[in-house]
Amino acid sequence: MNRREFLEVLAAAAAAGMTLDSGAALAQGGADALYRFPKFGNVSLLHFTDCHAQLLPIFYREPNINIGVGPRAGEPPHLVGESLLKAFKIKPGTAEAHAFTYLDYTAAAKTYGKVGGFAHLATLVKRLRAERPNSLLLDGGDTWQGSAVSLWTKGADMIEACKLLGVEVMTGHWEFTYGADRVKEAIEKELALKIEFLAQNVKTVDFGDPVFKPFTLRKIGGVTVAVIGQAFPYTPIANPRYFVAEWTFGIQEEELQKQVKAARAKGAQVVVLLSHNGSDIDLKLAGRVTGIDVIFGGHTHDAIPQPTVVKNRGGQTLVANSGSNGKFLSVLDLDVKRGKVDGYRYRLLPVFSNLLPADDAMAKLIDTTRAPHKAKLEQKLAVTEGLLYRRGNFNGTFDQLICDALLEVKGAEIAFSPGFRWGTTILPGQPVTFEHVMDQTAITYPYSTLNELTGEQIKVILEDICDNLFNPDPYKQQGGDMVRIGGLTYTCAPNAKMGGRILDMRLAGKPIEPDKKYKVAGWAPVAEGAQGEPIWDLVAGWLKSKRTIPARKPNVPQLRGVAGNPGIA
Amino acid sequence: MDNTRRRVLRGASAAGAVFAAFATGALKPSDALAITWDKSAFEAKSMVDALKALHVSSATDSKDIVIRAPDIAENGAVVPIDITSNIPGTESISLFIEKNPFPYVGTFDMTKGAVPYVHVRVKVGQSSPVRVVVTAGGKHYQAVKDVKVTIGGCGG
Repeated sequence: MNRREFLEVLAAAAAAGMTLDSGAALAQGGADALYRFPKFGNVSLLHFTDCHAQLLPIFYREPNINIGVGPRAGEPPHLVGESLLKAFKIKPGTAEAHAFTYLDYTAAAKTYGKVGGFAHLATLVKRLRAERPNSLLLDGGDTWQGSAVSLWTKGADMIEACKLLGVEVMTGHWEFTYGADRVKEAIEKELALKIEFLAQNVKTVDFGDPVFKPFTLRKIGGVTVAVIGQAFPYTPIANPRYFVAEWTFGIQEEELQKQVKAARAKGAQVVVLLSHNGSDIDLKLAGRVTGIDVIFGGHTHDAIPQPTVVKNRGGQTLVANSGSNGKFLSVLDLDVKRGKVDGYRYRLLPVFSNLLPADDAMAKLIDTTRAPHKAKLEQKLAVTEGLLYRRGNFNGTFDQLICDALLEVKGAEIAFSPGFRWGTTILPGQPVTFEHVMDQTAITYPYSTLNELTGEQIKVILEDICDNLFNPDPYKQQGGDMVRIGGLTYTCAPNAKMGGRILDMRLAGKPIEPDKKYKVAGWAPVAEGAQGEPIWDLVAGWLKSKRTIPARKPNVPQLRGVAGNPGIA
Repeated sequence: MDNTRRRVLRGASAAGAVFAAFATGALKPSDALAITWDKSAFEAKSMVDALKALHVSSATDSKDIVIRAPDIAENGAVVPIDITSNIPGTESISLFIEKNPFPYVGTFDMTKGAVPYVHVRVKVGQSSPVRVVVTAGGKHYQAVKDVKVTIGGCGG
């Protein structure tokens, strides 16, 4: 039985309601077929990104709303569900269909089990590298943040895990929210000689001096490969600026072009951009900057089954995006001939933890790291009756839960929860642990707040955030999702201009009045000096008081002007 | 979700501090002020009035003016803006932040032989086109770049 037949049988069995021990069932033949494919060419690049410190296997539901605007409408990554399957010719009801879409999520998650986990990822990396000795392992960043233990150890747990995994080059975004001093210290003392931290687009505010090494040259199987780092360009805007007050970021397109030329001048035959720009920015950039063979992108958490080929004045650039939360590993085999990339093969491999046995050394390291925190992490707070997830342009059920908790605990009329794209998924019937709450909230500015805002101020804020998501110029997008809103309902017109996207705001059916003041709760303020109970304590306390959490319907706006957009399901 | 940043930006008057880095040292600030000082341009509250006051209303679009400014400002109170004019015989470079309460920032006169390059850090009160007008050979040329100013937060 080949892999496809096996997976079809499996899907049919699941559809027929058979109870499967998914691990055993999948392992019979699925793993070999899914993860073994012949090596091609002479240089291989492995890439993961945005693992958000998820060391253990987790569930992660892909979005059912991911709207593209302007030239990106209906183009990857702005395809969801069946539209995505169709575009990439993935058969519905298969393990891959489950990995790349939200379709029939709960049932499929029960069949195929958890995804990711560094011990399982380590096994996959080892297998691939055994066959591909001429390879590089790249980490696109957002690695040191997203879990309780990473927050409590300031990323040290992840640094150790990445060193053991064999990561060779990284760039960053949330790493910077530990502050400039911690980033410098980690690079100098902990990454030293093992992982190179690259970012061509971070300079000092005063004299514009580079803060990090812009690129590295590696000789791989006789081929010189340059990797250029591109940190998240809007770190001081999307996150508190006071963490990196002395540094300035930005896309720095001209600087990047200079770095590409410098790398080529030093003999690079392959130029790779390890980017935390976000998909849409990378796709625009690939058409404007020449001489880059491949962009490995991150930030927007898009799992795109095949890279997009972007033509530019100098030739073409592949733009790949490797998903998030340790759920995927990109494998790009390049055939480099006469100093140039002559051909490629690409796979974005889902990491099914039931198909890949845990690597012993990595499992041991993770156990050791967690041991001192285990009791606190595994504390059960409540049981959820519905599926809890975050990802999606407008809201997720877990964010709805956070908004509901904020409304109740703070006595607010309206609650805001930031449009983060990290945060794991919990299946119906699962206990919600303190660790799960931290998976949604583990940041260095966790303060919960209560403010009085006028209707007009609320409108200005919502328009501002919505423009960061739907500005038709990708360079003006910040890559987060829309703020999640409790209490207030509205209509959203993504294709309208700023100022005209947020319509018909209502509270309990009544129109929001511009001059009236409303009590608005929120968390994760970017201003310096903010205070308030950490959001995780607020949510944990609320969960404990409930014990059982009924299924939640996310408050999603009415959409206008986007009918038929394949980014909506 | 915090509104402080915007309030701060709105509260202070725009077109405030301007720090100029003079490319070659050939330009003396006193020269620039002496030649083009025109109070009415600084006091103009709209682009139309400011251009009129400087007599540069009929400028031709030019790709030879290169404006380097962030797509999204990290701090609207001090936005770094780089201007290079590749127009031969550039005599002066004028800068405007269209949406600021007082759009006109200033004019930099280039004495003969000066490299027509200016770096300023200027307040941008809200998302705005940044407009540069270059005068060369008695003619006026212009270029525009949009700079977005945002409340921040919510990212990624």
